[in-house]
Order: sequence, then structure tokens, then C-alpha cells
Amino acid sequence: MKIGLFGFVFVMWVLIIAGGGILVTLLGPFSISGYGDFDFLLASIIKAIIAMILVVIWILILSKLKNLIFKNEIKF
Amino acid sequence: MTEMIIPAVVSCIVAFFTVYLSTPYLIKFLQKRNIAVPDMNKKDHVMVVRPGGPSIIAGIIASELVLYGFFQINEILAIIITSFIAFVIGYVDDRKVMGGWFKPLALVFASTPIIFLGVYDSHLVFPLFGTVQIPALYLGLIIFMIPITGNTINSIDVLNGVASGFMIIASFSLSAALFILQNYEIAIISLPLGFVSLAFYKYHKIPSKIFPGDSGALTLGAMYGVIAIIGHVEIIAAVALLPAIVNSFLFLSSMKRIVEHRQIKGKPVDHTEDFKLKATDDKTAPITLVRLILAGGPLSEKQVGYTIFRLAIFSGALAIITAFMMRIQI
Repeated sequence: MKIGLFGFVFVMWVLIIAGGGILVTLLGPFSISGYGDFDFLLASIIKAIIAMILVVIWILILSKLKNLIFKNEIKF
Repeated sequence: MTEMIIPAVVSCIVAFFTVYLSTPYLIKFLQKRNIAVPDMNKKDHVMVVRPGGPSIIAGIIASELVLYGFFQINEILAIIITSFIAFVIGYVDDRKVMGGWFKPLALVFASTPIIFLGVYDSHLVFPLFGTVQIPALYLGLIIFMIPITGNTINSIDVLNGVASGFMIIASFSLSAALFILQNYEIAIISLPLGFVSLAFYKYHKIPSKIFPGDSGALTLGAMYGVIAIIGHVEIIAAVALLPAIVNSFLFLSSMKRIVEHRQIKGKPVDHTEDFKLKATDDKTAPITLVRLILAGGPLSEKQVGYTIFRLAIFSGALAIITAFMMRIQI
């Protein structure tokens, strides 16, 4: 059990690093042009939406991993 | 750097001794007024006074004011004001039981000084990959950060000494990361959090003489959140806090809603005849970090606490590795 918990914390750490990489690669170079003063605002909103989708995916992966790592322990 | 040594030492001494010396008086004051709750994990219906929040906030404000005397920067004001608002919110909850949504919503208000004082940069720094500018999203992050860190520390405050002990490890890891990143000013500003927690741990460790209560736990968590934002170490702060985040994640994913602990009917943990802790098989009870630790078999309260501390040390080490990785770019 305890090793499983350390493993889960480690997996979360790896997911944070990997998620950061995806965020920087996807959102870093992202920009919008052609809307004048709204370029910055629109780009910001789209970046926020993409980031939120990534967070939801991160939580779903984590839920699956939780069930996988603790499948023998979580019988409650 | 050398000119910062004196403020650092003085503020750490003030932080430690304010809590160390004021807490016994607070315990006596609370005992006289019989403001106590039962310690559920003790055999003989032991009553423990709470909240310890007043001595914790006194330590934070005194030490940060000392630092403000040396460096007149808004970052220190943000720590003082945000931590104080979080303390007041926690104190209200200590005195009067509020609904599950009260603390997260009220803590959103606690994060506003960070925005009004303008002590943030709207970019996130990731290890290995660099930074990303997210102005709109970052404002949302600030608003959510303080409720998340505050409630995360509050949710791990389940056994004697765990919240303060965990905070010692997490906050010193965060301070170490700030030193590694050569963000010396914020590193020094962050040090009192560890020393306040260390002094409080003396009275909170098993067997507890005082509980921090919501006012204490929210104050510690809120200050941690502010340091993460003003030091631009949000990711490192999240890594150091991982065991507490796991606890909140397990709780929320099993309950599927935000709910106050007192409102839960199912018991995740029970006692054996010799008063060790054991996991129940109650399907209505939430899955928590303690319940998972106990899934392998009954353990004493002290053993469970030490397992949580080992997890905190592990995630603290990962946080420091992350800080070193911040200096490398692919």
C-alpha cells in the first residue's frame, strides 16, 4: 500500500511535468491576429479554454491511474 | 545576499518565539473557557482545546512586519493581508459551523489583495519547457490558488500533529526551491511559515495540547499559496503539496461533491480494541489518504502520521528536483 502511495505521488509529479510540456508547446506560440484590439483578449480566452481542457484530461487520467494502482486496496 | 542574512535570522526568531511563547497562554485561555473538542483517536475521551489559529497568525504577522521594516515591498503586505483574511474566515468557521461551500467561496475574497497589490506575473514557469504567458487564466489561477491551498491543508488536519508537521516539510521545501532559483527576497519572506509551523508542532504533535482549527490550517495554507504566487513557483508549490492534494483528490473523487467533513455520515476510519486505527469497508464513507494508508492493516495514530510525513519528505524532494529542473531548458 505504502509503495503504491509513493508510486501515485510519483506518477502525479510526472504528469505535472508532462502536462507543463504540453501546455508550453501548445499555448506558448499561440496567437491570434486580425481582430484589432481584441487579438490579445481572444487569444487569452482560447488559451484559458485549452488549459482547462488539459486539466480535465489530467484529472481523468489520474482517476484511471488511481483505480489501477489501488485496485487491490479500494474495496470500500 | 549577505545583507539579507540579518532580516532572515531576526524574522525566523520572531516567527518561532511568537508562536512558541504565546501558545501556552492561548491553551490556558481556551481551557478556562472550556473551548475544546474531543480527540476522537484517544481511548479516554480526551478533550483538546482549539483553535490555535490566533498564535499562528500572530507569529506570521509579527515576523512579516519585521521583514517589512527591512524591505518595503508589497509582497510582504500581500502575505499579511491574505493570511489575516484567511484566519478570520477560519475563525468564523471555528466558532460557528458553516456549510461546505463557505470556506472555498470566502477564500476567493482572501486572494484579492494579491491582485490589487499587483504582486504577480501573468506567466507560469514549467520545468524543462520554459514559460507560458496566460494573462486571463492566471487571474483565475490566483482566485483559485488560495481556496485550494487553504482547504488542502485544512483537509489533512485529521490526526495529531499532521497539519503542522506536514507544513514544516512542505514550506521548507518551497523555501529551499526559492533559494535554488536565486529568488532570495521571496525565499527569506517564506521562511517564517516553516518556523511558525515548527513552533506550533511542539504543542500539536501527538498527544496534542491544542488543535490549529480551521483558523490555523487556513492561515498556513493561505500563506503557502501567496508565497507560491509571489515567488512564481506555483508548480513547485503544487509538487511539495502532493500528498495533501492526493488526499483532497481521493476525497472529492469518491464523494463527487464539495462537502464539509461534519456532514459525512459514513466513517472512513474506525478503531480496533487496542485503539489502533483501521480502515472501514463503509461504501458511503469517503476515500482518504489515511484510509488508504490503513488499507494494509491497522496502525497507531503515530505510525499513520509518520507515513504521511514520509510522503511529504518524498514530495518535498521531488519539489527540490523540480526546482533544479527549472534551470534546465530543453
